[in-house]
Amino acid sequence: MVKVFIYPATSLILSDMVARFGHTPLSSATAIRERIQTAGLESPPLQITPEEPKKGLKWAAVEVPAGVRGRMSLYGPMIEACEAAIIINDADLAFGCMGCARTNELIKFLVHQKDIPRLELNYPKNEEDGVKFVAAIKRFLTGLGGAK
Amino acid sequence: MTDYTPVHVGSVTKYVMVESFEITPADLAARGYEISKGVMIKETCFGLVINGKEEEVDRIVAELRKIDPDHIFVKDRGFPPGDARRCRANLGGARPGYNGLEFEMSILPYVSHGLEVLDKKDAKDVPPPEDPLEHPLLDIYKLKKLIDAQES
Repeated sequence: MVKVFIYPATSLILSDMVARFGHTPLSSATAIRERIQTAGLESPPLQITPEEPKKGLKWAAVEVPAGVRGRMSLYGPMIEACEAAIIINDADLAFGCMGCARTNELIKFLVHQKDIPRLELNYPKNEEDGVKFVAAIKRFLTGLGGAK
Repeated sequence: MTDYTPVHVGSVTKYVMVESFEITPADLAARGYEISKGVMIKETCFGLVINGKEEEVDRIVAELRKIDPDHIFVKDRGFPPGDARRCRANLGGARPGYNGLEFEMSILPYVSHGLEVLDKKDAKDVPPPEDPLEHPLLDIYKLKKLIDAQES
């Protein structure tokens, strides 16, 4: 089983496809779950504490806003752990404040910098695109080998 | 600052989404309750939220997928079902994160169609989709056509 980073990290479709074809999706839910299930200081809603922007310094400089560094403390370890990546480029649902937007740019940059198999796609807009979309993901994930 | 004591430690939560003309969330919930042992299942408008030990949740999800494999989609969730920090019963309005699901739910019929087609066809025989990183230059003849259309 290969650890596949998905972007958008909250994507239902990518998470399902990766698991369906026998690999492990690295999504934001698993990173959030770790924090939700760890005892510490109360910091609702996501249990992101002031420690997270400090951890984010590994991926973003100190001048970068704390919002970006805090988010990178979730996504950075996943990008480091991933052995392949699937990116959807026209994911409007990932739109957000400047923290989200800059984090998204940094995530894509870091994934592009990493020498791993990568699949770049757009969301399908009709049934014909849907077939090509699923076929591309299936070919990519099968080509990685080691599927469960 | 107050201490935080987590609940459901060591459990996993998964969404099971239904995008089908034949299966409803209620059907899935009934089947889920039949085969579940010690997990929490919550029925929602789009499917189920299942919380419990990882092996047990995976087993139930695998069984539920068999009902309609091309129209049932699964994803992880960070929070347990009904968590006061996320549940809209406490917050009011749409649950944070639902907008993303709602957007992808509109695309699921195309993905389901793709899965159905690929059950009968080899993925190698399907042409690749357009490369999103490719930005083709505007063809000179197309530009001339656009100018002519504007001038006429």
